[in-house]
Amino acid sequence: MSGHNESILREPLITGQDITYAQITSDILDPVENKPNKAWWIGFILALCGATLWLVAVSYTFWNGIGSWGLNKTVGWAWDITGFVWWVGIGHAGTLISAVLLLFRQNWRNSINRSAEAMTIFAVICAATYVVSHMGRPWLAYWVLPLPNQFGSLWVNFNSPLVWDMFAISTYFSVSLLFWYTGLLPDIATIRDRATGLRRKIYSIFSFGWSGNVKTWQRFETVSLILAGISTPLVLSVHTIVSMDFATSVIPGWHTTIFPPYFVAGAIFSGFAMVLTLLLVARKVLGLENYITMFHIESMNKIIILTGSIVGVAYITEFFIAWYSGSEYEAYAFVNRSTGPYWWAYWMMMTCNVISPQLLWFKKIRLSIPATWILSIVVNIGMWFERFVIIVTSLHRDYLPSSWAMFYPTWVDVSVFVGSIGVFFTLFLLFLRVLPSIAIAEVKLLLKSSSEQAKMAQIKDGHLDKVHVKEYVESLEKFDSVKQEEYAKI
Amino acid sequence: MSNIKYILGSFGDPDEMMHGIEKLQENNIKIYDVYTPMPIHGIEAKLGIKRSRLDILAFFCGITGTASAFALIYLTSVVDWRNNIGGKPAFALPDFIPIMFELTILFTAFGLVLSYYASTHLFPGRAPRVMDLRATDDRFIIAVDAQQNAEHSKIDGLLKDAGAIEVKHNERKYISYE
Repeated sequence: MSGHNESILREPLITGQDITYAQITSDILDPVENKPNKAWWIGFILALCGATLWLVAVSYTFWNGIGSWGLNKTVGWAWDITGFVWWVGIGHAGTLISAVLLLFRQNWRNSINRSAEAMTIFAVICAATYVVSHMGRPWLAYWVLPLPNQFGSLWVNFNSPLVWDMFAISTYFSVSLLFWYTGLLPDIATIRDRATGLRRKIYSIFSFGWSGNVKTWQRFETVSLILAGISTPLVLSVHTIVSMDFATSVIPGWHTTIFPPYFVAGAIFSGFAMVLTLLLVARKVLGLENYITMFHIESMNKIIILTGSIVGVAYITEFFIAWYSGSEYEAYAFVNRSTGPYWWAYWMMMTCNVISPQLLWFKKIRLSIPATWILSIVVNIGMWFERFVIIVTSLHRDYLPSSWAMFYPTWVDVSVFVGSIGVFFTLFLLFLRVLPSIAIAEVKLLLKSSSEQAKMAQIKDGHLDKVHVKEYVESLEKFDSVKQEEYAKI
Repeated sequence: MSNIKYILGSFGDPDEMMHGIEKLQENNIKIYDVYTPMPIHGIEAKLGIKRSRLDILAFFCGITGTASAFALIYLTSVVDWRNNIGGKPAFALPDFIPIMFELTILFTAFGLVLSYYASTHLFPGRAPRVMDLRATDDRFIIAVDAQQNAEHSKIDGLLKDAGAIEVKHNERKYISYE
């Protein structure tokens, strides 16, 4: 950090001139320390309506049983598991940003990891509620745990991927929570030391007495690095195990070995899309343009093209193998998917996940905030359809043509899904109000090395290759938060 | 003089603070601690703080997790209650791997983070021991024990020369207890 200048060939991660440590603190804490604006209230009330709908629909399900959903004897899993896999997938980007990008020393993660990881936690909460509510008798949910019991010491079946999934999701949730909360401690202490009265007392409890001395920071860095190291294989294992819920079965269309990598790529794909959906709005409403810059948005878009293309290759491979395997049931499952009664869902998935993200190859689209925002929502629609296609179209025509059926959701199915989005946004909007949405300490680390002003000082100092300076100034053109006049003078 | 307990050099820039640490050390003045709003790389070597052993601990927590998961699955589904699932063997090691892996991670994370909290005295509700409220915002604070180092004006001078924005003489160790 100290005494070393970062190369001018890298784009700045913090824009704006005359940014100080104090300003970073107050910019980021602005939404936490002040009353919320109108936009927040509108969003919050809408989200709360959704959360209420969720509460009604889930209570209705608990009271009446899962017969209130549109399931039938052929399609025994539909929107519930679609919603579950969709939410878990969305959660994956948070861990990818906070863990994998930390291991790769991608400093641009510093200003997005906090909110992405909050998103992970809230998405996993939404996913977990699906698991419990689809059990039919949710008061017996503890049966998935290997607890000593009175049933003649009958244990859970450890060969079942559903039991693995329980271990994977609960480990994932608790480890993400630990990682997130430990990272929050210094920032909660910052709020505490600026607050007075009751606020100070509350934040004091949650800050765990953080003082920021040398030893605590040194250990903090060790802990972060190890947590990142173990979270990386963890995040890959979680969606692998989720995919095994399907892949270890013998249903044509599910029984494929490509599922683990394909699900993991899809999870990262949809997770980054959700991060963009949230952060493009948050950056504008909370005025964080200097910290979440166009460079961050472009980088995330690049990850979306990459993972979207991996998903596309997986779709095509799956289709090819269905034919090449010579298994007529497998081949039929895929022909039925793309041309059968659910053709529209299949092509919706193909369009949203494989075709439209390719638009991001165009720099203009990649750097346009409205286009990126719309594409990020399209990706999430596509990823919801991907899970729907895998689950419902593989089930609806089974081995016995007389029991072939279609799935029609009831109002309860729709309300649980729409409601879970409300729950997610309620939690996210509350998070923006009570905790810093950007990791303050980690962004401060970048100020002296990777900020626009540090690079400006380097340019003014001279001694730099003119070609490099020219290249750097050109790279700044895409930033909406950079004052171009400053550079016209050079 | 001597109600003064701690002398605090408050810096606005981490590099100047590092310079301040060097200056004090050159003059054999012992530094009590340093409080910063962000991690400062290279400071632990200067202040002689030993390498953390949390990584070794994390490894053993992980191994414990692996072993516990194996023991749990083996003792329940191989020893205690064998299930006949299509005549397949009860001791199906490949099927044990996902849970062994997950518990390895779970034990590592909890063992590591809880030991970190314990070793740095972090727990919910602990009274914050803060010497300067701006140490979590925009100031880099070097604290010197005023009782052990008698030459107060010399310390002040050294800190000021290194670039301290202000030098405080605190009569209480922690200002956070009201």
